[in-house]
Amino acid sequence: MGTITQKRVFNKVTSPVQVSGAEAMMLSLIEEGVDIIFGYPGGAIMPVYDALYDYRDKIRHILVRHEQGVAHAAEGFAKVSGRVGVCLVTSGPGSTNMITGLADAMIDSMPMVCISGQVGSPLLGSDAFQETDVMGISMPVTKWNYQITSAEEIPEAMAKAFYIATTGRPGPVMIDITKDAQFGTLDFKYEKCTKLRSYFPYPKVKKEDIKAAAILINNSKKPLLLVGHGILISDAQNELEKLVTKAEIPVASTLLGLSAFPSRHPLYVGLLGMHGNYGPNVKTNECDVLIAVGMRFDDRITGNLNTYAKQATIIHIEIDPAEINKNVEIDVAVNADAKDALYALLPLIKNNKHTEWLESFKKYEQEEYEKVIKKNINPASGQIKMDEVVHMISEKTKGGAIVVTDVGQNQMVAARNYKFAEPNSWVTSGGLGTMGFGLPAANGAKIAMPDREVIAFTGDGGFQMTMQELGTIAQSKIVVKIVLLNNSFLGMVRQWQEMFFEKRYSFTEMDNPDFIALAGAFGIPGRKVTNREVLKDAVDEMLASKEAFLLEVVVGKEDNVFPMIPVGESVSNVRLE
Amino acid sequence: METEYTINVFSENYIGLLNRLTIIFTKRKINIESITASESHIDGIHCYTIVVNTSEILVRKVVQQIEKLVDVMKAFYYVRDQIIYQEIALYKVPTEVLTSTNEIEKLVRQYNARILEVTPEYTVIEKTGHKVETQELLNELKPYNLLEFIRSGRVAITKPMKELTVHLKEKEMAFNYTNHKRSK
Repeated sequence: MGTITQKRVFNKVTSPVQVSGAEAMMLSLIEEGVDIIFGYPGGAIMPVYDALYDYRDKIRHILVRHEQGVAHAAEGFAKVSGRVGVCLVTSGPGSTNMITGLADAMIDSMPMVCISGQVGSPLLGSDAFQETDVMGISMPVTKWNYQITSAEEIPEAMAKAFYIATTGRPGPVMIDITKDAQFGTLDFKYEKCTKLRSYFPYPKVKKEDIKAAAILINNSKKPLLLVGHGILISDAQNELEKLVTKAEIPVASTLLGLSAFPSRHPLYVGLLGMHGNYGPNVKTNECDVLIAVGMRFDDRITGNLNTYAKQATIIHIEIDPAEINKNVEIDVAVNADAKDALYALLPLIKNNKHTEWLESFKKYEQEEYEKVIKKNINPASGQIKMDEVVHMISEKTKGGAIVVTDVGQNQMVAARNYKFAEPNSWVTSGGLGTMGFGLPAANGAKIAMPDREVIAFTGDGGFQMTMQELGTIAQSKIVVKIVLLNNSFLGMVRQWQEMFFEKRYSFTEMDNPDFIALAGAFGIPGRKVTNREVLKDAVDEMLASKEAFLLEVVVGKEDNVFPMIPVGESVSNVRLE
Repeated sequence: METEYTINVFSENYIGLLNRLTIIFTKRKINIESITASESHIDGIHCYTIVVNTSEILVRKVVQQIEKLVDVMKAFYYVRDQIIYQEIALYKVPTEVLTSTNEIEKLVRQYNARILEVTPEYTVIEKTGHKVETQELLNELKPYNLLEFIRSGRVAITKPMKELTVHLKEKEMAFNYTNHKRSK
């Protein structure tokens, strides 16, 4: 096997070679430019793992500690690099453990190809050992899936998988491969997929839509542009900045759009949504033209739809036609890739000034600063605040780190306080809100971008959901910096219990382990900080560390995240306290 | 307000696609009243005819989401007067009721039904038509010791003259298959 292998890899000839199905999986990955995969072996995927053994010099395999970690690591990898996150797992529990990650990638549009082993095709449907209907289970949470039952199908199925995962609105694809297909043989010949007759990933920009949008923008007195994840996916940061600078349009960001536009840009007015900034939320209901780019009007952004931007004319630039008019009624829909649309729009946009309108955001910014931000980032006394930790790290890293978060208060505080200087620097579980996402996603991000500082903000709850991934960090020597904001509570749920359930703290308080000792057991250094005087020193120690580091910061037990739009209320009703 | 909509889905004929389609309805808790799958007039393209009762807003969203499926080429929705549609129903009655009275024969004539098979034990009657019509005959036959009844899903031909191939051509013109800008 070995000798044939050697020849094949360097041999780019089209003449087919006889290989095993398992080896064809490797060759397909190499053809797609894959050099890193995340995985966990098991019975039904063993032939592929055996083939991988011969390709260790071409494909780096990161061994995680749980298949949920496979998926989230692949997501983190994909989010910061724009490349496909590739997962390799076994049948049954291996693939069911992936499902949360697939659902997360589906709702957050992450390109992923997940390969799961399956029992031999004669056993399909017989409830064989470690058999599960992964095709059925993964269907609602994948963009596409396919079961390979014979080796000959491999090249075409893999080519389709990569094409579908990466084009249009990206998403996860599951490839289930039976054990007999892995053992079978085929004449391997790979052809990349460039077209499917039923699939139309890139709508051509329609001139009339662009003209209509341009007229609205040029005549607008109070325009507001909302930046979504689509800007990053289509790499449209430059086009975006040129457009908003030319027309002087204030820019607000969705949670997943963070880092698409520099946080310190004079036109940046802040984060939208439930825990977003005061100004952009209130101003959504004051602007005359709302330009939404590469976003899907999630309920956490819009609040009550009946009172959302009713006064505004809405332009929606979006690649996925099913998102247009799904939640919000659109006046001008531009069904196109964000970069294509903004590029086409730019020459039609007139130079403009909206001085007064821009100025009007300042009042809200000031009020939010006085009532919320100031006391959170510079508290005079009391326990350490989550905000001051993020703020300090943001300052010390000059906004240049990749920030990964878990879900809950830690996530909202990180989103609010980290000032991004570079794009593709924000990894979070937005749509699904998956606790336990942070640590494995940070691992994936660091593996994709080894030269950048990767900081994972997590809470004591979420950290304990996937803390086994410390083992991955130790084994693969992944230099992530983990900031565990510990309030011994499931903080966000507790905050809701305080605000909406009369402080009935039903099962949200946590008795926690010694996190530093836990990290220590994996050989990962750490430090616990309980008082403000040493916080700066501890942050410096963490940032200076040449290996992974766990910084546990004990924060106020019952601190809340404000501003907040209570569920079902209007964006105008942002509460500051 | 709920209205009856007939959804036509043109797609590849792949294993599992029906599952992907029904998930879209299940997610929004919309019941599928009837579903029929068959080949279409174009070789290799499959057609699903799905009948649902829902609102215009929801049916539009659902059809958008169906059309988004990778293996679906095109999906449409129609109200009743935009389509010609038909269903088929089969009724099994004991042959002795046929011989003992002439009511069954009358009903067959009256409803323009036809007899498919007669055996000493049972007789099978076929009736094509809209649901109301096959339902009426069902109600008439019930008192005669009806043994079995089955009705097919709806099949529908649309009144709009624009051909599927034209729709597909238009769609192909409006899209790129690859992202040209990135390869630049």
